[in-house]
Amino acid sequence: MNERRQLAKWLIGLGVLHGVIACAGFFAPYDPLEQDREHPYAPPMKLHLTDTQGHFHLRPFFYPFRMREGSVDQYDEDIARATPLIFFSDRSAYRLLGLVPCRLHLFGTSGERVFLVGTDGFGRDQLSRILCGGQVSLLAGLLGAGITLLFGLGIGATAGYYGGWRDEVLMRLSELFLALPWLYLLLGLRAFLPLAVSPLEAFLLIVTVIGLVGWARPARLIRGVVLSVKERDFVRAARGFGAPDGYLLLRHILPETSSVLLTQAAILVPQYVLAEMTLSFLGLGVPQPLASWGNLLANLQQYSVLVSYWWMYLPAVAMVPFFFGYFGLSSALQEWATPHK
Amino acid sequence: MRNFKASSKHPWLSLSVLLVMACVAAPDLIAVPQSPVPQEDLLALSGEIGHPGGRLVISLRAEPKTLNPVLSVDAPSREVIAAMQADLVHINRATQLTEAALAESVKISSDGLQYTVTLRRGLRFSDGQPLDADDVMFTFHVYLDENVHSPQRDLLIVGGKPITVRKLDARTLVFEFAKPYGVGERVFDGLAILPRHLLEKPYQEGKIEQIGTLSTPANQWAGLGPFRLKEYVAGQRLVLERNPYYWKTDTKGSRLPYLDELVFLFVPSADAQVLRFQSGDTDVISGLGAENFSVLSRQKESYILADAGPGLEYNFLFFNLNDLSGRAAPDLARKQKWFREVRFRQAVSAAVDREAIVRLVYQGRGAALWGPVTPGNRRWVDAKVAHQPHSIDHARQLLREAGFKWASGPSGDSALLDADGSPVEFSILTSSSNADRMKMATLIQDDLKHLGMRVQVVPLEFRSLLDRITQAKEYDACVLGLVSFDADPNSDMNVWLSSGGTHLWNPSQAHPATAWESEIDRLMEEQLTVTSYEQRKKLYDRVQEILAEFQPMIFLASPDILVAARNTIGNFHPAVLEPYVLWNVEQLYVRNRGKNSSGE
Repeated sequence: MNERRQLAKWLIGLGVLHGVIACAGFFAPYDPLEQDREHPYAPPMKLHLTDTQGHFHLRPFFYPFRMREGSVDQYDEDIARATPLIFFSDRSAYRLLGLVPCRLHLFGTSGERVFLVGTDGFGRDQLSRILCGGQVSLLAGLLGAGITLLFGLGIGATAGYYGGWRDEVLMRLSELFLALPWLYLLLGLRAFLPLAVSPLEAFLLIVTVIGLVGWARPARLIRGVVLSVKERDFVRAARGFGAPDGYLLLRHILPETSSVLLTQAAILVPQYVLAEMTLSFLGLGVPQPLASWGNLLANLQQYSVLVSYWWMYLPAVAMVPFFFGYFGLSSALQEWATPHK
Repeated sequence: MRNFKASSKHPWLSLSVLLVMACVAAPDLIAVPQSPVPQEDLLALSGEIGHPGGRLVISLRAEPKTLNPVLSVDAPSREVIAAMQADLVHINRATQLTEAALAESVKISSDGLQYTVTLRRGLRFSDGQPLDADDVMFTFHVYLDENVHSPQRDLLIVGGKPITVRKLDARTLVFEFAKPYGVGERVFDGLAILPRHLLEKPYQEGKIEQIGTLSTPANQWAGLGPFRLKEYVAGQRLVLERNPYYWKTDTKGSRLPYLDELVFLFVPSADAQVLRFQSGDTDVISGLGAENFSVLSRQKESYILADAGPGLEYNFLFFNLNDLSGRAAPDLARKQKWFREVRFRQAVSAAVDREAIVRLVYQGRGAALWGPVTPGNRRWVDAKVAHQPHSIDHARQLLREAGFKWASGPSGDSALLDADGSPVEFSILTSSSNADRMKMATLIQDDLKHLGMRVQVVPLEFRSLLDRITQAKEYDACVLGLVSFDADPNSDMNVWLSSGGTHLWNPSQAHPATAWESEIDRLMEEQLTVTSYEQRKKLYDRVQEILAEFQPMIFLASPDILVAARNTIGNFHPAVLEPYVLWNVEQLYVRNRGKNSSGE
């Protein structure tokens, strides 16, 4: 029972995190593409509850930034103009979950803009970009893992169940795929594509490539499970009663692979999020100015950004709870799956 | 001393070599009498008096391809060669005016067709060999030889004919032009005088490209510049040493250059250059980016950080105006209809927020541009070109007049439609290795969104970008930059002439495609042959005004020339013309030598 509770804990935690990212438009105060050219590289602002006279305010407020005279990235708080946060404000339009047109934001401001985790070189709100960038990165990870597992399951089950020449061919093919230098493959692939790729096309391209490249390892694992399950008594019995292959696979064999599949999924998702980040970091992911975690971190390629603006590292921090969650989930899954066997 | 023996077949020469060596190094030889010295005609430079010795280390982005001035095209080669070679007349990078160099005087005949050049007395190459008119004759013969393919050749063809050189005596030459030449004596700047004694044989054997390369031994290469080759370590550094025969002195009469050694380190990336500078490996960074400049300025270390003001680099956006009749994809042909519409280009220009580019891309260290001539080019910038303010309303009005209209999109934003009702969408190419231009493109993308244009920024590796623009001609628009190598309008002939290869929006045309392009052709050809500055200025002003009206290039901004150096370097006066720091390398010196050597 303890394993179940562990598993539920990790699942709820990850569910909440994904919920936040899925509803990024609600939690993000601004449009992630909106530039505020008066505030490039603004550091994170502080929220206050007590003003300069020591009065306490229930509603958090902030002091807007004024650029220091003669500088381009140094700011002073304008203490004369305390601006309160407005909760459940309606400012910019967005689509909730990418579908429902919506204007409601968790918080916002009127007039002066608040940057809780600073801005980038174009004055775009880093918080909104991290949240919305997470949608791209996580979705790429989830879809990529889905594609991989689907292929892995199909190929692994075929190889394991039928054996013979099918097994030979598929397993040699999987070895080839394991040995493929897929980063260079992708660089090469990009050269054959038309010049301007729309963001959606670019996204689908990365997902497909990431998803198709990784099927070999799960396929081999599933083949192993299928090989052992198909010789078990209940499968032999079913076969003896004349059950066709499809029925045997779906009804008796594949359900036995579920724990391997789930554990693989929990390992693959963060791995593929990282792959998306690597590709975007190298400029092969979704095109700028769209946000993705890799795109955000690509700013750090410049030495001046690296040493001057610490809040540009925050996208890397944002992914830590997700990775922690997924690795926790994968070990909880393993715990949950093994004791019964 | 082996060199000395080798040259002793000419007795008078060996004596002079001996004398110079005596002055430079060996006190026991000073006893040789002064009288037989051929009179030396040295150029005294004003400026801070420095003290001799020390070395200066500077980083280069890439290894120079060659040290041979006849064949150099890449920037690192040019920078190194500038320190090793000299020209007859030189453009002072600070004043942007010409100064006599190897030539003591240049007299131009009243019809502007004959230039009589008198060489300085007693000039010697860095290996001690004397220079005379024959070397100059040989030099121009090589530059003009079609088989050599020297990039300088085009500059020496005036009115369709190569210039001719005649020798009057050992120190006097006459250059003859087929037509008056607008640039006048500036033509001689950058044409390094070659050592005939080293080059004549390889040249006759057709192997001139094999000498003066990086693998040429130091004692088989010579020049007339302040430094000469000492050592080359592939992939790491190039070391130059002081040329003891250099023909300039300071006002106290001590022979320049002050420095013993000039070292070029090969440091490939801009960020790595900053790190090497911070760690003390290099003494100078020239051509620093604005962001790295402010990183250095935030540090407590005592650097000299200099902002020399806008240089000659101009960045611009241009559209594909090539005549691709039949060849173009239907999609591009449809877009070209917009691009050819002058009001469309004017609208884009009005919508671009140039001040934001200067602020966000160059951190305020740059100048907004409305024409190709930057404010740094004081003598040629046309003050009458209007600095049109950033105005979305004006842009919308221009588009409306040109038949464009707006449709409200699905999420409330309005999309721009052309007269046929198709949405205005295009992509802007930019070089992926240039972070500044990537940023510009992103800002323009956002500016044009306010007009309802959907723009995509496509970063491409620089080589394939150039290929697309000049060869395949498959692109919509592009953000690019050019750097004029001289302040004179002649340096950009290739950009403005419709037949020019760098006429980027429609290169190498057989006949000018539009009336305004043919007018620019006429004006540029005319300024080439007019000799008075005022008249040339008037013609070039008109070119700038035509460009501002028809906007074949939408000029964006020009970065300041930013340099950093250790504060021990004296006579440090960076200029906006290349080479920014090393233009007065013969006068640079290390102030606090004791401290410097302990730091090495």
